[in-house]
Amino acid sequence: MDKFVVLDGLVAPLDRANVDTDAIIPKQFLKSIKRSGFGPNAFDEWRYMDVGQPGQDSSNRPLNPQFVLNDARFQGAQVLLTRKNFGCGSSREHAPWALLDYGFRAIIAESFADIFFNNCFKNGILPIVLPAPVVDRLFMETLATPGYRLVVDLPNQVIRKPDGEAIPFDVDVSRKECLINGWDDIGLTLRHADAIHAYEDRRRHEQPWLYNK
Amino acid sequence: MAKTLYDKLWENHVVRQEEDGTALIYIDRHLVHEVTSPQAFEGLKLANRKAWRIDSVVATVDHNTPTDGWAKAEGTACIDDEIARLQVDTLDSNIRANGALAYFPFKDARQGIVHVVGPEQGATLPGMTVVCGDSHTSTHGAFAALAFGIGTSEVEHVLATQTLVSKKSKSMLIRVEGALGKGVGAKDIVLAIIGKIGTAGGTGYAIEFAGSAIRGLSMEGRMTICNMAIEAGARAGMVAADDTTINYVQGRPFAPKGSDWDKAVAYWRTLHSDDGAQFDKVVELDARTIQPQVTWGTSPEMVIGINEMIPDPAKEQDPVRREGMERALAYMGLNPNTPIAGVPVDKIFIGSCTNSRIEDLRQAAAIVRGRSVAANVKLALVVPGSGLVKRQAEEEGLDKIFKAAGFEWREPGCSMCLGMNADRLSPGERCASTSNRNFEGRQGPSGRTHLVSPIMAAAAAIAGRFVDMREVL
Ligand code: SF4
Repeated sequence: MDKFVVLDGLVAPLDRANVDTDAIIPKQFLKSIKRSGFGPNAFDEWRYMDVGQPGQDSSNRPLNPQFVLNDARFQGAQVLLTRKNFGCGSSREHAPWALLDYGFRAIIAESFADIFFNNCFKNGILPIVLPAPVVDRLFMETLATPGYRLVVDLPNQVIRKPDGEAIPFDVDVSRKECLINGWDDIGLTLRHADAIHAYEDRRRHEQPWLYNK
Repeated sequence: MAKTLYDKLWENHVVRQEEDGTALIYIDRHLVHEVTSPQAFEGLKLANRKAWRIDSVVATVDHNTPTDGWAKAEGTACIDDEIARLQVDTLDSNIRANGALAYFPFKDARQGIVHVVGPEQGATLPGMTVVCGDSHTSTHGAFAALAFGIGTSEVEHVLATQTLVSKKSKSMLIRVEGALGKGVGAKDIVLAIIGKIGTAGGTGYAIEFAGSAIRGLSMEGRMTICNMAIEAGARAGMVAADDTTINYVQGRPFAPKGSDWDKAVAYWRTLHSDDGAQFDKVVELDARTIQPQVTWGTSPEMVIGINEMIPDPAKEQDPVRREGMERALAYMGLNPNTPIAGVPVDKIFIGSCTNSRIEDLRQAAAIVRGRSVAANVKLALVVPGSGLVKRQAEEEGLDKIFKAAGFEWREPGCSMCLGMNADRLSPGERCASTSNRNFEGRQGPSGRTHLVSPIMAAAAAIAGRFVDMREVL
């Protein structure tokens, strides 16, 4: 996993609540057995005028001019600004894979769906929850200011705005550590292999039916 | 101290508690399907790691598999979509390489939707932690288990370590008391709950469903309710264990036997919230007021009773919500302030991990018996949740009832619930569906999904439009 320390990125505003994982990456792309290559199909149904198929070259497909990410102003955005309950729906990790492959490294929203929120951390994306009035203000400023960028400083847990204002945010200590160091959390867990074995030994005795085939 | 069911399940599975509030949680049962596992098995191999306890794994194929044309070629050769076939074959080779407690490959008599197969095999037991790379894993909470969906990285984490790093959720009690009206069932209860608390209402919570209306449900009904806990934003939903639970589990292939059974039952009897246990939030519903539900929009919270009018965005104060409602109405091709009853339908789908169990099929068949699908309905599908559900339904003659009425009787799988296979809606088509998600494009690009109970779907098939099936009963 790529490290996430400090990101200075262009902001793209996706002004919708309840953006679900079917919208982030439609199901036909879930047939892939790979982890990469989902970027061209992020938001496929909203982004293109035609229906995308897996394996197809998306570079010549007709773009939907109404969709905000197609706006020339937001090309190359790395920070996605959105509303409440982002990433609701299925557990598909293809959703963060698609967003990452598209170029997003941080997502700011009023709230996130739980599984999606977890999946982001596993892939080097930082999801940030901010109160609705703050998100509102960021939307206004992003729309009003061409080239609007935010600096997301994870070690200090602040977002710095172009006008110098610093917005603090919360993040779990362990998740922060993993992101900053790019750690593989399976490796971290396996340091506790003895504790897992001890737990299993106790359970085998207390609840043997869970282990008898 | 009085504990909630969730407290008990959580505490029983903590391997290590970290200072920042996260914990290492032990996983008893790992359900695996073809869509969210290939990258996890590949990751395991690339890192040169072995599965920690492969006999926790129960695997089957469901999302990508076709629901007809099985006879036209051997094995997976009948799957026309090459990319889908590769994914199905990839699970097969991964399980053959790594092993599993049980594997029900394509066309096995026991193959089916993973959330139907697990309980049916007794592979889901009370008191377990159950995970799967699928958000509807919440279904298994109906067995007083702690069951939740995980992403592919976590699938790999469970394969490699038998644990997950997790943080305890807040607890919510949803109590539904009273007797249900005629023709009102589990699906209506859960849609009414989501209508009340919203699709983010349960975010950050583990929900326990309780009250006389829940206790009165069969295991099938409880699974329908817990299945849609995720649609209310909660990763896990659960119901206390009682005689209904224990009777359902007894005698199933992977259920405990002999003296293990007695020990297990004694433990399972403790799997309920203690008197006086405190919840972070309590929501109450009166079962008597719940009408048969139909969704009108593109989120499960956009739901009304069959006797109600489609809501008017102009009356909504919150601008983000109002815009969401306007978008949804435009997408669904509906007008505000008009009745939902009478809206014509193009397709009917009875199936999915929400409503494809034997009881669902019996309820739908009871409506359909001796009647026919309306002429304006282009396709009416019944897709049993598993090969065993299909067999049982056929033994009871349900297939004949459906076929005589003009329904297609298919092979088990996820089918039109998400349209990853050949079963899907064409643009603009309107579907009465017993599945769990009415998101834009869920059942096919520009398709329009209305979530309903099996009884309501069957009644819509006969009438060719949404009807209050209490008029038909
Ligand atoms: S039936 Fe639908 S919701 Fe259930 S597992 Fe299959 S695709 Fe997912």
